[in-house]
Amino acid sequence: MSRYSAFSLFKNALSGHKNWKRAWRAPEPQKKYDVIIIGGGGHGLATAYYLAKEHGITNVAVLEKGGLGSGNIGRNTTIIRSNYMLGANTRFYEHSMKLWEGLSNDLNYNMMFSQRGLINLAHTPGQMDAFSRRGNAMLMEGVDAELIDNQEVCRRVPGLYCGQNTRFPILGGLCQPRAGTARHDAVAWGYARGADQYGVDIIEHCEVIGFIKDGDTVTGVKTNRGEIFAPKIGVSVAGNTSTVMKLAGIDKLPIESHVLQAFVSEPLKPFLNTVVTYGAGHLYISQSDKGGLVFGGDLDGYNSYAQRGNLPIFEHVAAAAVTMFPVLSRLRLLRNWGGIMDMSMDGSPIICKGPLPGLYLNAGWCYGGFKATPAAGWCFAYTIAKDQPHPLNADFTLDRFYTGHELDEGGSGPYPGHQ
Amino acid sequence: MIINCPICGPREAAEYSYIGDATRVRPEADNIDLNSWSDYVHQRQNPRGNHHEHWQHSGACRSILCVTRDTLSHAISGVKLVGPYSEDTK
Repeated sequence: MSRYSAFSLFKNALSGHKNWKRAWRAPEPQKKYDVIIIGGGGHGLATAYYLAKEHGITNVAVLEKGGLGSGNIGRNTTIIRSNYMLGANTRFYEHSMKLWEGLSNDLNYNMMFSQRGLINLAHTPGQMDAFSRRGNAMLMEGVDAELIDNQEVCRRVPGLYCGQNTRFPILGGLCQPRAGTARHDAVAWGYARGADQYGVDIIEHCEVIGFIKDGDTVTGVKTNRGEIFAPKIGVSVAGNTSTVMKLAGIDKLPIESHVLQAFVSEPLKPFLNTVVTYGAGHLYISQSDKGGLVFGGDLDGYNSYAQRGNLPIFEHVAAAAVTMFPVLSRLRLLRNWGGIMDMSMDGSPIICKGPLPGLYLNAGWCYGGFKATPAAGWCFAYTIAKDQPHPLNADFTLDRFYTGHELDEGGSGPYPGHQ
Repeated sequence: MIINCPICGPREAAEYSYIGDATRVRPEADNIDLNSWSDYVHQRQNPRGNHHEHWQHSGACRSILCVTRDTLSHAISGVKLVGPYSEDTK
């Protein structure tokens, strides 16, 4: 497999870009592997990559029911940050941030990772206090954080309405300078190519329709392309977690599936060079390299497996965007879409062994799965290879809901999407 | 999405507040088994298909409804009142 470089670009330009090789193979499934990963999204592909790279386990299959990266890895708003408050979350997401910082070089694939900063806006003194507390918690874990006042917010984000003549004037904000965005599809493609180079079989259009069990132990999967066996099977299927786990006989999980919408506007000249979130409602907005404004907000608010949303949230999100940036009022939207979030009951993820012997679970990402992709893959690979969690994901267990060790960042209780 | 309230008639879903899964059964108050409480609070079937769920008509009559809705198509196949005025209680 050739490396991508300025030289390879030049060489292929001479032949009219007609001789580029496939970035990954399209193998037929074998009968048996050392590890099967169900779900060929960002997390599944990253898991396969780190299994091969960090643990030397290369006899791995990644099964994807659709095309590669057709789920949430291609349906998010591409924001990367590690501005959490609880220790377990901060350490995990900061590890992810550090992996992001070296990812393009590691994978020899341009992630277009841009650390343009992220500002959470505050509109009340109470919110400023909460941000200063969170910022201090971040600094104590070695994460960068900066509390800024109204004037500084105004200076950094020129299009933002910073005046007093509004329902929720902006008092200031919490900035994480190292946060940013990345090209979401490149993440899936980069990890797929990286895993494939180590010999991982990425099998697209291969849907798992059942599990093969020996007593309680899961030993293989039934798919629409035949039976495949492996002593270790990782499930990494985001919004479809409950559906897939039901096939294994797990009837209930601390997860609800909800739809989250995202929107892209028509392209503009460079207008917004950072990521901004609205604190009085719920909105996050950034500008893509193509010029479109990429934004999203709340969940639609009811259980859903439909990868599309309803109009009230559409209106709500657009209203918040125009409140923040009045200049956007006549901007037209280009596209909107929905992704299915695996909302866990405390808002934090699950990366663990079990719940059945032979099975490993990576789920409960709520709306934070994209930024977690490298660390989730890294920790899930560790958990599968060593049969025990890494200290970074030791708290992300399935039984924390029984032992009282929930990681409820928002302090909002078991209500998905409540802030 | 339009929910047909038995009291007010068909209304836009934005008038309602979502409460959630209606199939969960609250343990008896004197039940001291922590696991059954945790099951009640945290564990969900989360079906892909028909889902029985509570909604409150918070923008109008404030009654609580049990709605049967397909989570894949969002089609609603049943709405009934819960509480003292429901069919089940009469």
